[in-house]
Amino acid sequence: MPRISITKTPKAYVGGKFIRSESGRVFPLTNANGEFICNIPQCTRKDTRNAVEVAGKAGAGWASKTAYNRGQILYRLGEMMEARSEELAQSIAITGEVSLSQARAEVALSIDRVVYYAGWTDKYEQVLGNTNPVAGPFFNFSVTEPVGVVSVFCSDHAPLLGLISQVLPIITSGNSVVVLASSTNPYPAILLGEMLATSDLPGGVLNILSGYKEELLDTFASHEHIRGSDLCVSGDLAKQAEVLAAESVKRIHVRESDVDWTKDTAQSLYAIRNFLEFKTTWHPIGA
Amino acid sequence: MPAKRKSSSRNSAPELLFGDLWEFDPAPESAAPNLKDTYSLFIGGKEVAPRSRNYFESVNPATEKALTRIPAAGKADIGAAFTAAESGYQNYWSKLSGKERGKYLYRIARLLQDRSREFAVAESLDGGKPIKESRDFDLPMAAAHFFYYAGWADKLEYALPGASTTPYGVVGQIIPWNFPLLMLAWKIAPALAAGNCVVIKPAETTSITALKFAEILQEAELPPGVVNIVSGAGATGQLIVDHPAAKKIAFTGSTAVGKAIMRSTAGTGKGLTLELGGKAANIVFDDAPIDQAVEGVVNGIFFNQGHVCCAGSRLLVQESIAKAFVQKLKARIATLRVGDPLDKNTDIGAINSKGQLDKITELVASGVSEGAELFQSKCSLPKQGYFFRPSLFQGVTQSHRIAREEIFGPVLSILTFRTVGEAIEKANNTAYGLSAGVWTDKGSKILKMSTALKAGVVWANTYNKFDPTSPFGGYKESGFGREGGKQGVADYLKINA
Repeated sequence: MPRISITKTPKAYVGGKFIRSESGRVFPLTNANGEFICNIPQCTRKDTRNAVEVAGKAGAGWASKTAYNRGQILYRLGEMMEARSEELAQSIAITGEVSLSQARAEVALSIDRVVYYAGWTDKYEQVLGNTNPVAGPFFNFSVTEPVGVVSVFCSDHAPLLGLISQVLPIITSGNSVVVLASSTNPYPAILLGEMLATSDLPGGVLNILSGYKEELLDTFASHEHIRGSDLCVSGDLAKQAEVLAAESVKRIHVRESDVDWTKDTAQSLYAIRNFLEFKTTWHPIGA
Repeated sequence: MPAKRKSSSRNSAPELLFGDLWEFDPAPESAAPNLKDTYSLFIGGKEVAPRSRNYFESVNPATEKALTRIPAAGKADIGAAFTAAESGYQNYWSKLSGKERGKYLYRIARLLQDRSREFAVAESLDGGKPIKESRDFDLPMAAAHFFYYAGWADKLEYALPGASTTPYGVVGQIIPWNFPLLMLAWKIAPALAAGNCVVIKPAETTSITALKFAEILQEAELPPGVVNIVSGAGATGQLIVDHPAAKKIAFTGSTAVGKAIMRSTAGTGKGLTLELGGKAANIVFDDAPIDQAVEGVVNGIFFNQGHVCCAGSRLLVQESIAKAFVQKLKARIATLRVGDPLDKNTDIGAINSKGQLDKITELVASGVSEGAELFQSKCSLPKQGYFFRPSLFQGVTQSHRIAREEIFGPVLSILTFRTVGEAIEKANNTAYGLSAGVWTDKGSKILKMSTALKAGVVWANTYNKFDPTSPFGGYKESGFGREGGKQGVADYLKINA
């Protein structure tokens, strides 16, 4: 008799825990031939609000870790991914949209991108911040600070590389994130949650939900405790997101869904800068 | 020499008195502001009458008398301004090297310095601010901004290292009435240095110095269309925001209008920077240099009649020193001279407009009715004009409107705290996040506070200091983007994907 394999139940990753949607809803993930793969949690506005709450609580601790420590933790995420890279590649290829070899290339690029940002944690401040030679007897300097909780809508293609390219620069500086995984293939993001859980990244810093943009746009763009948004949305949804963000003067960046994440410019110091605040401090110089 | 009043008890410090033995003689600034009877729009390098044919009067808030007629730009005027700006960008500005662009900015800085007294008088007449501030702060700082950003024009690759950048092209800019010419300089100088052309609108009540600035641009022989100056009220501003040729909007003003602009630009792909309101906490610890702190708190709230987005309008004073501190503060406030903005001895000038005076009056009345205790200076006020006594409220709680809403007037709300943690929590308990002040002699406490305060500018043992090299701008609902420094010029550049 052949052994019957154990199938995994995909779950969202919130506050360092693997959860189902509070609604109990799921949607089926199918491959290109329409064959059933598994059920994916269909997260709700309530799930989003819960995730924002834990992200807010986790943010202060993450931001106050030393830059060196943040770098080591992100690097360890790279180590976790490298060890399970074949599993990640299988998850990208599971829907049949891309070949396994293309999926392997996406995983390799994703891991390298994690390492790229791990290296920035203790350097971006040295490039972006500065002292200012004011015309008076004052010591004046500008430093950056993370904005706080940032919401992210991933693009539907490149489900792993897209997520990594959007999320890593945001958490590099100490922000926390609530991310909605690709709707067409959330499976790699769900797997990534398992690697995050063993990477020393504090629970709540990166929260991964699955579901639909149309349903969650309102909360992702308007929740007052979300201070920044990086949303892959187009057309009317993009406009709607920007209108919603106005009420709390959110730092919102919308982009088309067809970003080419493999380009060199898809990783940049300025992706980190998008979700930083500049703070300038003055103090008199004197005895 | 100031007289000393005999102290009532042996332990309390003698109270310094100013001006109650001898009256100050008036010391009016006499330089001519050289105002025209009627101003024009400045479009395509020419002073042109508005196609709308509409004008409004600019009123001197200290006398309530009309100073001059200002054009109200309509849709055709804004269209012409953007056409001129696009042509200025395509035909002149984008073809010049950074080195040459910089030379025009240097010229503007120098010409503004040459005529700074004349502009200072015009500024004080039109806006009501004391001449000592327009003369010693607004004008020198405006010229300094042009001089600083002139030098950036040929060094842009250092503003965003490693990135390839381009200017937006044409930028729409809308500025407020509290520092009319200085805000114009904050907007125009970095935009031009980065290679953009601008359509800029001054605030309705303070258009004079912006329209006089058109004379400087002509003296500098700036190519036509590079800067276009259009006056008008909110409707004119909306036309600028909505114009498709505006590739970026830069706005300084109220948070409510900032949010409306954000909604207007949604889905258009336009760049946007917003410098909005504030409700800054000025925090005084028990180990602060008290006399310095009193001066800093007074400067923090009464500078420019309190018409300052970063004004230290909430004083948080540690409970153990609150009584003595407030006593000193009251004694100091009683010495402030309120009156003729053109008098060199005036500390506090006129409230900018009738509308603003009404708003301040209404908010102060709400403070009284919500149960806070009002103290006002007994100084004499001019019989005409819009003036308001320097005021402070004690017994303010965080839920009072005067502790939450931006008053934009000479009104200080005082709250107390016991611990560092409580000070941080109260200071950050606001939707705003523009600025904050900290007063203590302990260095480590300053750095802790500076890190914990959610504000774009933190002044430690000082307040209301500004410099062209120093980035200024807010967290949270105080807006986004920075003005000043390399961050200021970076906000006028697009990073190429």
